[in-house]
Amino acid sequence: MALQNITSPHAHGPLTTAKVMRRLLLATLPGVVALTWFFGPGTLVNIAWSCLLALGCEALVMTLRRRPVGFYLKDCSALVTATLLAIAMPPYSPWWLILVGVASSIVVAKHLYGGLGYNPFNPAMVGYVVLLISFPVEMTRWAAPLGGGATVTPGLLQALQACFNPATFDALTMATPLDLFKQHGDLTVTELWLQYPHFGRWSGVGWEWANLGFLAGGLWLLYLRIFTWHAPLAMLAALALMSALFYQGGNPGGAGSPWFHLLGGATMFGAFFIVTDPVTSAVSTTGRLIYGALIGVLIFVIRVWGNYPDAVAFAVLIMNFAAPFIDNYTQPTVYGHKRDGGSKP
Amino acid sequence: MRKIRDFHGGVHPPENKAQSLHGPIRPAGIPPQLIIPLSQSYGSGAVALVEPGQHVAKGEQIARAEGLSGVPEHAPSSGRVAAIEERSIAHPSGLPATCIVLDTDGRDEWIAHHGAEDFRQLEPAALLDLIRNAGISGMGGAGFPAAVKLSVNPANRIETLIINGTECEPYITADQALMRECSVEIIGGAEILAHLLGAKETLIGVEDNKPKGIAALRRAAQGSAIEIVSFPAKYPSGGEKQLIEMLTGKQVPSNGLPADIQVVCQNTSTTLAVYRAVHQGEPLLSRVTTVTGEAVTRPGNYEILNGTPIDWLLQQVGFRQEHCSRLIMGGPMMGFTVTNVAAPITKTSTCLLASTETELPSPPPAQPCIRCGFCSEACPVKLLPQQLYWFARGKEYEKLEDHHLFDCIECGACSYVCPSNIPLVQYYRAGKAQILELRDEHERAERSRVRFEARQERIEKIALARQEKRAQRKAAAEQRAREAGGDGSEQDLIQAAIARSRARRKEQTR
Amino acid sequence: MYELFSQYPFTAAMLALVGLGLVFGAVLGYAAVKFKTEGNPIADQVNDILPQTQCGQCGYPGCRPYAEAIANGEAINRCPPGGETTIAQLADLLGVEAIPLDDEHGEEQPAPLVAYIREDECIGCTKCIQACPVDAILGAAKRMHTVIASECTGCDLCVEPCPVDCIDMLPEPSSVRNWRWEMPAPAEIIATDRAA
Ligand code: SF4
Ligand code: SF4
Repeated sequence: MALQNITSPHAHGPLTTAKVMRRLLLATLPGVVALTWFFGPGTLVNIAWSCLLALGCEALVMTLRRRPVGFYLKDCSALVTATLLAIAMPPYSPWWLILVGVASSIVVAKHLYGGLGYNPFNPAMVGYVVLLISFPVEMTRWAAPLGGGATVTPGLLQALQACFNPATFDALTMATPLDLFKQHGDLTVTELWLQYPHFGRWSGVGWEWANLGFLAGGLWLLYLRIFTWHAPLAMLAALALMSALFYQGGNPGGAGSPWFHLLGGATMFGAFFIVTDPVTSAVSTTGRLIYGALIGVLIFVIRVWGNYPDAVAFAVLIMNFAAPFIDNYTQPTVYGHKRDGGSKP
Repeated sequence: MRKIRDFHGGVHPPENKAQSLHGPIRPAGIPPQLIIPLSQSYGSGAVALVEPGQHVAKGEQIARAEGLSGVPEHAPSSGRVAAIEERSIAHPSGLPATCIVLDTDGRDEWIAHHGAEDFRQLEPAALLDLIRNAGISGMGGAGFPAAVKLSVNPANRIETLIINGTECEPYITADQALMRECSVEIIGGAEILAHLLGAKETLIGVEDNKPKGIAALRRAAQGSAIEIVSFPAKYPSGGEKQLIEMLTGKQVPSNGLPADIQVVCQNTSTTLAVYRAVHQGEPLLSRVTTVTGEAVTRPGNYEILNGTPIDWLLQQVGFRQEHCSRLIMGGPMMGFTVTNVAAPITKTSTCLLASTETELPSPPPAQPCIRCGFCSEACPVKLLPQQLYWFARGKEYEKLEDHHLFDCIECGACSYVCPSNIPLVQYYRAGKAQILELRDEHERAERSRVRFEARQERIEKIALARQEKRAQRKAAAEQRAREAGGDGSEQDLIQAAIARSRARRKEQTR
Repeated sequence: MYELFSQYPFTAAMLALVGLGLVFGAVLGYAAVKFKTEGNPIADQVNDILPQTQCGQCGYPGCRPYAEAIANGEAINRCPPGGETTIAQLADLLGVEAIPLDDEHGEEQPAPLVAYIREDECIGCTKCIQACPVDAILGAAKRMHTVIASECTGCDLCVEPCPVDCIDMLPEPSSVRNWRWEMPAPAEIIATDRAA
């Protein structure tokens, strides 16, 4: 056998990019199950359709870029983007909405910037924001949760119908708790809770469980060391701190309890699946702390004083801008460069 | 108990050490031909002292050190010098280098030699000479001459001597085997080094995956001031800087030497070589090397003569050539591949790893960096490998230096964990090489500029001098014309010249 | 205080402006001291970038004269030994567009060359010594000459004057000492090749 000439190291650890991506996908499972339980199979159909589209888009772009299609599909990164986008979108979204979203994510946000690893903005969030701005009505029409407005959830057939023949589908929809909070600034928190049964225990029937599900998935990833605790924890801490500061004891005009914010909307999903996106976040540990914390603050600011009920996507995209600057100023102290040890010129 | 500090990052590759630890250390024997490269060490090389055809005894010096950082070479066995020529050597470049080729006669006859009576009576300088003349270079892999490392600036009083018994690379067990079998000599060597340096404390750092080695050393060290310190295994705890940080809590300053923080570090094999050089007067002729990997049937630790050709050695240990896909000199983390099996084992060869494709599969093509940060978590120097990679690809040299590329110890921890299989270390090596080359070029350009300007100046000076001379001559002529009674006009000058030439002609005709 | 300002808005505005002026002045002054650029005339900086081969291919008798010419507006693409790298650096320094090498003046060599004298053919005429811009040739009349390889810039100027044509321009032989690691082949492209 001819002897190979290769540089060190010759041994390699067990993780591959595809494995990392597959674990990410697996980790969304608890959250997706919760969403499905409370809102019906709409999210599942979203995910299936958007994954299909994403693979198609990726293959198309790779063919156009004259790259080996199979090699790049294998890394599963397109599936991750598609899944995250599909989870963020309202269940029972029509097929064309998802198509637009996936195309903006994969083609524009990912490949026009050079493909995996080169994109400065989180592709899933770019897709989401494009949709939110272009189709605000469709993007804020959430189904009513089981036990919080609905007594049964739609079946799988209905979900497919909602997706591929949207004109014939008429679901029971209602405003999400975050929406209501926006619209009812004149009620105290307790009044709100009394008036709307689907506020549930902390932050909305279904929502709290979905958040706990994503938290569980996130903790699993943390345990696997797929990412470090810095960014998500900083984001959650900043969000909790902000909401504690501005809670004002639940008065009208107050901003909801820390629990409400931590377990409401896309908080946990954002903290563990979006903020941790390595490509678009800061790299050093200090950098990630700053990056996460600023996202937390921004989420709160936009949720409470901005025009949109939820803010994870906007906050993340804004901080994507800032990530390179954060990197520039947060280089870790390299071995032998300590101030007390002193470095020789 | 000594407090052990942890260092940042690190990885835990599978150890694979059991294969080579079955038996005791065995001698590999005397090959028919030995090939001794003249530049084995990290520094400058050596100059041959023998001629082809000359007979040499075992231990006879055959090359002297060149410059301060060279080491002398000795004949590893008796025989006849066959040639001094370019031979293929074990080097990442695969390029040949000048070697002394020795045909052994199998008699293995020693030159007369004897050890020092009592090393404590010897001055440090004399001890240092002994070590230098024994041709000992760092045997942990880098091959920095031991004597250079030991001759520290007197301004840095050495506090701590650390013997590095870590051997954190997978597969390699040579030092471990030595600790089991030669613990007394290792302790003896450490005592010599401590005496030489005047070190206040002597520590031997061993990873806790070598319990037998630790026990043997502890037994041998009883009654001496030497402390054996063990700590959890983690790659690269055997890196000199990492080991020093773990044991002393101090960091070697960037660009500096351990001596700057009053520490000197030596490898276990080197310490043993020092013991033999001082007590027995034996120069460094052989070393214990781990020969292992699935492509050899009798893996183990072998005592191998310096210059033993790899192909001959592999025959002795049952090489299954058809299964071997990669031949690695050193460990799987930092070693380099050898493609020419005619190259020899040298003083720095810690391990020869003949691996099969299943054992160390060929790296799959690299994927894009996803900036997952696994690499920066693994880096023992706290660098940001993903950023370095980015800058190295973009040839952004200033950024590379800003991000401390030159503090990278090339340990390979980052590449090991990189899920995208990017050959990060090679990027850093190439980046370093390019920066050094640019610096070199700039320095050369600077020298050329100075030389050019000096030449320009000289040419001008010569021209000026010529002009001046001409002016002087003219002035002198005028003077003479005036003396001849004229008024110094053009006419007079001509007259004077004619008169002069007439006078000369007259003289000649006379 | 506040009333005072509201009564005399003009004075207040003036005060504010003056205050701002002072603050910015201080900042600028500080910056000027802190980030003072070296008083290096532009020609020196240009000369620092030029490779100092002194070959004269640019049409000037050496790098320094060309540097001065560049400082006075000469094109930056006339230095073949420096090639693309030098042009890029010059463009960076002078804040102009990097342009391709003007091949009227010669082509960029892939590897630096060094002059070697075939010593048994040398007749000792000293012509090359006079041509060498950096005094890198040793020798005397009627004695064999030799090139100090480490000082040779590879300028080629000694080849022409040699009456017996005994000077060769050769690349430096690669050895273990001057060997350097290379960048890995761009793997993402290799992947393409494999699939193709
Ligand atoms: S480990 Fe590899 S993929 Fe991850 S950030 Fe480092 S270089 Fe990039
Ligand atoms: S090879 Fe360099 S960058 Fe990579 S882990 Fe080791 S020291 Fe850090």
